[in-house]
Amino acid sequence: MEQHHHHLTPGDWTKVANEPEFKALIDSKRRFIVPATVFFLAYYLALPVLVGFAPAAMARPVWGPVTVANFFALSQFATTFVLLFLYILRARRFDALEATVVDDVRKEFAG
Amino acid sequence: MTPALVMFLLFVAVTLVITWWASARTTTSKGFYAAHREIGGVQNGWAIAGDYMSAASFLGITGLIAFYGFDGFMYSVGFLVAYLTVLFLVAEPLRNAGKYTMADLISFRLHGKGVRAVAAISTLVVGLFYMIAQMVGAGSLVDLLVPQFSYTAAIVVVGALMLCYVMFGGMLATTWVQIIKAALLLAAALAISIMVVAHFGYSLPQLFAASANVNVAGKGVNLMQSGLLYAGRHGALNLLSLGLALILGTAGLPHILMRFYTVPTAKAARTSVMWAMILIGVFYLTTVFMGLGAATIVGKADIGTHLTGGSAIAYIVKQPPDAQVALNASLKEQGYVVAAVNNNMAAPLLADKLGGTYFMAFVAAVAFATILAVVAGLTISASSAFAHDIWWNIIRKGKGDEKEQMFVARAAAATVGIIAIVLSLGLRTLNVAFLVGLAFAVAASANVPAIVLSLAWRRFNKAGAIGGMVTGLVSSLAIIAISPAIMGIDPPGAIVHHFIQATPIYPLENPGLVSIPLGFLGAIVGTLFKRDAQSEEGYDQLLVRANTGMGAEV
Repeated sequence: MEQHHHHLTPGDWTKVANEPEFKALIDSKRRFIVPATVFFLAYYLALPVLVGFAPAAMARPVWGPVTVANFFALSQFATTFVLLFLYILRARRFDALEATVVDDVRKEFAG
Repeated sequence: MTPALVMFLLFVAVTLVITWWASARTTTSKGFYAAHREIGGVQNGWAIAGDYMSAASFLGITGLIAFYGFDGFMYSVGFLVAYLTVLFLVAEPLRNAGKYTMADLISFRLHGKGVRAVAAISTLVVGLFYMIAQMVGAGSLVDLLVPQFSYTAAIVVVGALMLCYVMFGGMLATTWVQIIKAALLLAAALAISIMVVAHFGYSLPQLFAASANVNVAGKGVNLMQSGLLYAGRHGALNLLSLGLALILGTAGLPHILMRFYTVPTAKAARTSVMWAMILIGVFYLTTVFMGLGAATIVGKADIGTHLTGGSAIAYIVKQPPDAQVALNASLKEQGYVVAAVNNNMAAPLLADKLGGTYFMAFVAAVAFATILAVVAGLTISASSAFAHDIWWNIIRKGKGDEKEQMFVARAAAATVGIIAIVLSLGLRTLNVAFLVGLAFAVAASANVPAIVLSLAWRRFNKAGAIGGMVTGLVSSLAIIAISPAIMGIDPPGAIVHHFIQATPIYPLENPGLVSIPLGFLGAIVGTLFKRDAQSEEGYDQLLVRANTGMGAEV
């Protein structure tokens, strides 16, 4: 059903890539994905770094025998699901922008 | 017949019926590799979870938490968070721009045989290592649980079943085997967790209090604290290295990536990651209850032992737990660092204690089903690398009819399966615990730089892809070869053996800390070495297609 896109020439793809609608889609994705990726990599790697290099601070019990490190590790589950939820929400915007680009291409190259 | 055997045969019967049903629908290469791209997003989410929650997790991580407490849980965290990498960077572009394999994406704009060949070899390496680790585990597990079966018979049965699913039922049968197995595994894990909490009067503080003071040979051990597995400076570096390999490696595991081709659109691929993450998240939370429950309720955790391989899949040995603990104790008295123990049995033993013989049989059958499903997924991805990448794209240059493609795909599955069976039979007494960790490290070092840079960096080119993949592959393999996974001095009477009897040259168990940066460095240096106009020209097309789904395979 979308096979006709195979007939676009390299120049056509470059044209699409430079259209403002497509740039808006890519920008919108990057604005979410880049900071979110930097955040989760940093937050995740902080766990082994802190547990490994600051074991005493991380071993402090805060709730019965449950330690700072335990809560930090558990919080990774929470941040992961929050980021998943935010991405799914944001992806609606990506989909709307994507539909505009695809529509434009269809009009431009259909005839 | 033991109850475990009966339940296992039931699983086999159901999955064979599915395979028979799927075989009539698997007549084209698109059906064989991608189940006609007609799997729903939710179903694929379950199947991804099934592919991912291997025996390494169910048996290995439960055992690690039972033995080493919090340090074992670090694996659980990494296994889940890793899916953010898949969600943000890989799943949707892969579905949009590829056809059947990881190499399809990497060679999208980096044409030529070299890139695809290296990507296919990397797929085969990761797949075979992962597969052998699972099969050796399966052989030992069956050996222990169903005494009528020998190790050899178990491996041959596992191998024959996985070949049957894959050769006849293709991706469709493999998908449904994964889904059923994921449901069974989650049910078992949740049931055990609820029983553990119930055992402590539905009081988490009581469970944690008991875990903070586990009686090990008369000494109180605190499983809530870190440092039982990874202590000191090397421990910290080990944790970091492992963390890097886990969080990046998942996005480069070919058998997981291949699953995204089974859904109709990139949006369905997104839905599948979401469902997979929910299921995987719940599952890894249950590892806390299963692990701590095994330590506190079964109470046979010998905390003093060390895992030589350092990875999740450990060893199942034939001795009953008590004999094993006694053996370990006597070896330690002689001053040896004791090689791995029966920590894979933590989950089944806990099930026995909590739910009795029949529940234990169920859990054991689930564990076996888990191994079977995962090796089927691995077989199909390895065979696709051989048949689709090497044979069809490189040797036949995209020519050849459906009949030939199907024949080659089935022949490749048979070849890969038989190699895995033979190697697993031969590796019985070797320490293969490092293989899963190595698979993640190779995936992170060799595959992920090429995938990510290909999508994100216009200038990235063939020299960069080959440079990155070769550097990542060779460095991770070389470092492993001089690490404690391969080198070490076995104590007399050790059950598992090191390949090289000498002090390890590289101190860490996981190569990721060095090999992942090297993989990226190789990719960047290779790219900068030579400008490649052809690769750069294709970037616009890749960017548009990966982000809009225009021209995606249907």
